[in-house]
Amino acid sequence: MADKKYETVIGLEIHAEFSTHSKLFCTCEVKFGSDANTQTCPICLGMPGVLPVMNKRALEFAIRAGLAMNCKIASYSKFDRKNYFYPDLPKGYQISQYDLPLACDGYVDFEFEDEIKRVRIHRVHLEEDAGKLVHADVTGDPNRSYVDFNRSCVPLLEIVSEPNLRSPAAAIAYWRAVKEILEYIDVSDCNMEEGSFRCDANISLRPVGSEEFGTRTELKNKNSFQHVLAALQYEEKRQARILDEGGTVEQVTLLYDLNTGRTSPMRSKEEAHDYRYFPEPDLAPFEVDPEEVERLRSTLPELPAERRKRFVEEYGIPAYDAGFLTTTRQMADFFDETARLSGDPKASSNWIMGDVSALLNSAGIGIQDAKVTAAHLSELIQLIKGGTISGKIAKSVIADVFETGKFPKQIVEEKGLAQISDTSAIEAVVDQVIAAHSGPAQDYRDGKKKALGFLVGQVMRATRGKANPQMVNQLLRRKLDG
Amino acid sequence: MPLYELTAHELHEKLKAREITSVELTQSVYDRIGAVEEKIQGYITLTQDIAFEQAEAADVGFQRGDEMPPLAGIPIAIKDVICTKGVLTTCGSKILGNFVSPYDATVMTKLHQQGAVMIGKTNMDEFAMGSSTENSAYRITRNPWNLETIPGGSSGGSVAAVAADEAICSLGSDTGGSIRQPAALCGVVGMRPTYGRVSRFGLVAFASSLDQIGPISKDVTDCALMLNAICGHDPMDSTAANLPVPDFTKSLIADVKGIKIGIPKEYFTEGMDAEVEASVRHAIELLRSAGATVEEISLPHTEYAIATYYIIAPAEASANLARYDGVRYGFRAENAEDLIDMYKKTRSQGFGEEVKRRIMLGTYALSSGYYDAYYLKAQKVRTLIKSDFDKAFEKVDVVVTPTSPTPAFKIGERTADPLQMYLSDVLNTPSSLAGLPGISIPCGLTQSGLPIGLQILAAPFEEEKILRVAYTFEQHTDHHRWKPEL
Repeated sequence: MADKKYETVIGLEIHAEFSTHSKLFCTCEVKFGSDANTQTCPICLGMPGVLPVMNKRALEFAIRAGLAMNCKIASYSKFDRKNYFYPDLPKGYQISQYDLPLACDGYVDFEFEDEIKRVRIHRVHLEEDAGKLVHADVTGDPNRSYVDFNRSCVPLLEIVSEPNLRSPAAAIAYWRAVKEILEYIDVSDCNMEEGSFRCDANISLRPVGSEEFGTRTELKNKNSFQHVLAALQYEEKRQARILDEGGTVEQVTLLYDLNTGRTSPMRSKEEAHDYRYFPEPDLAPFEVDPEEVERLRSTLPELPAERRKRFVEEYGIPAYDAGFLTTTRQMADFFDETARLSGDPKASSNWIMGDVSALLNSAGIGIQDAKVTAAHLSELIQLIKGGTISGKIAKSVIADVFETGKFPKQIVEEKGLAQISDTSAIEAVVDQVIAAHSGPAQDYRDGKKKALGFLVGQVMRATRGKANPQMVNQLLRRKLDG
Repeated sequence: MPLYELTAHELHEKLKAREITSVELTQSVYDRIGAVEEKIQGYITLTQDIAFEQAEAADVGFQRGDEMPPLAGIPIAIKDVICTKGVLTTCGSKILGNFVSPYDATVMTKLHQQGAVMIGKTNMDEFAMGSSTENSAYRITRNPWNLETIPGGSSGGSVAAVAADEAICSLGSDTGGSIRQPAALCGVVGMRPTYGRVSRFGLVAFASSLDQIGPISKDVTDCALMLNAICGHDPMDSTAANLPVPDFTKSLIADVKGIKIGIPKEYFTEGMDAEVEASVRHAIELLRSAGATVEEISLPHTEYAIATYYIIAPAEASANLARYDGVRYGFRAENAEDLIDMYKKTRSQGFGEEVKRRIMLGTYALSSGYYDAYYLKAQKVRTLIKSDFDKAFEKVDVVVTPTSPTPAFKIGERTADPLQMYLSDVLNTPSSLAGLPGISIPCGLTQSGLPIGLQILAAPFEEEKILRVAYTFEQHTDHHRWKPEL
């Protein structure tokens, strides 16, 4: 921050919905985008007499996530009821975990300003999500609000960091790193627009050098990196101003208004919660088998940070490329396989970061949804290396692959795009070009070596780009120098 | 003898022999209801359409000569705290006055599999909170033995219906004595199975760590048949024990030789009605003369059970009843100004006094700053109470006590004094807290003609020992055959 008088202290509570097949305590499908209240049953609607039954898969997901964030997995854990009233909370309590979270004492490493930073993870626990209120902005009915319980009881992972973050930008970088990890281990799709990945942020300031924490404020339930960044930056300045004026920061929960770019306190009624946690009597406390934990550990994929390191070491690509290529697990898998199949990591990286990414962006899709596979791209790279097509032709081929899903060899064949590497064929064109452009040919002989470029261009033009440019070069020189 | 006076096992023989049909039997029970229900007021809802459909289905099986389950075609009443698909399930509360359950409780599915006939839904203390059934939002149920007195509670409707021959058997629920105490006060057999023996799925929760569904019947044999039908593991209830269920009719042995009976001295204290004590002591003597050995034991933490129970049960209830908020189903107050106002008005108008009292007690006990002093301490005492029983059952097979310290009291007598009302369950709450099975069987009448109940408790999942002792007692007496004059 600009004002060096204060150190900023930020901690995040991140919530990620799991992409398990069914909900945490019932068999309803976890599915986004269905009609309101169609993914529900008496259990997730909180009907009288219903009981929760633990989804074992969700427990596995939570353990995997804990392990991926280097946590200790509890050998004994339990669920608790967190009591509060809200229309989206059908039972009037949320089944969560209070004093015995599933995982704790971990850390996440992330890159920030070209350094590796480490955030300590205080705890990771499993809970059920609530439903969603639907207001007039969606329904057009100003007199009523509605509740959609499709999301009710979806498994939700809460990841609480220690207040180890020292700037809003660092907080966002950490948040992104967690998103990457959860996507990598395939427990959550972290779709922020759908609200399946969101966070609460605590922020306080303290005089530089002070050990004591200042009073913090809390920003609730945000699902956009930009909004949280803006809200934290605003709050950082606001608190600094209060402290500068000798005032005290009040401990409140704040709402960030996107339109005004300001934070304002929530009404105290809404936040004055005594959650009255107590152990959930409908679910017995459970033991976690250490062998099961080890089995789950062994199923963890290579995480993004390790993978970046390996890409640099194994493939010799620049750190920047490695960072780009590991943004998503699918992209990294795509690169890994292309590099292996083509035997040319640098070319693979260039193609992915260049043309492939451009095509993905303009189509607005991820690599997993594209028709181009590592087999396609590596074949294309082979075609270039083998001299069958030029890099320029390859650009049109990859666009074709992207469009049709056909293999590059087939496209080259069908469209007759193969380079002319036959010396006699090229020689005939070279002779014609020298004859037709005696001026530039003479210039070259007179020592104006730049003229060669013009002549090469003429040969390529005459062959509609299919002549092997190196051979054209060699032949022209031999004719002119000879 | 009219059909409605018989037991399920007697009726099963007649149905099997095709002497009678289930439709005739069902009609007989509804005729009886028509004759006495005005006095008893045991039902909230009668389900004739369903009942006759089920009776006809059972008759088809009997006519065909199929091997029919023991409860096929038997009219059974269901406490209104158990969810019944397509049928009003009010829990005795105004707040669920219009609630039609979209699903069946597991016990209902099991009864349907037996081919049983559902007669109706019975009256109860609102959300099973009470000991007299006076806390119902709908009606005051009368004790068939004396219409001026209460039937006990909270399963007062289910118990009174069986005692008045308005049902052959019924289902109740017991959190702190809600089956056993009314069974004692109305002179029928009522059993609370071990916590975890019967699925709670579809039992509207009052106190989740204590609630159990159990049978109410005219004799111990029917009790065993009902247990056979409703016990067992259920994947829908994580707290239902995954243990094999024995055939409980195998425990109907009229022999207690070698059975060790413990008599806890703490259960015979001041406040115990002299006639009750005399009757229970007489029953114990009978069991001794039938071959059991009897010894005095001590359950030293008994005196803390009521206090412990009235922290844990309301604490759980305060969360369990939070879902009745007017948002999704049930009663919603009119004219609310905003959300908070809707909550307040709905819950103020929808719940009765006792329910509100317990929600407040429980909310307080769980509040920040009080949790350790109340809820946590209560859990510790609960462990001590349980370990009292664990030690006792190292020495004895069953513990025998009075079910209730007094016979049925007058309607209105204790409503003004909640604490006095709570003490009605003083002999039932300790075993509830310990998760034990317990039965109440009739063991006598007072001079004024009110029934007295004998409570038999055993270690978890030892219902068989209870049934054996209860059956032996029953074979030596005829209390279970006495009927009130209506």
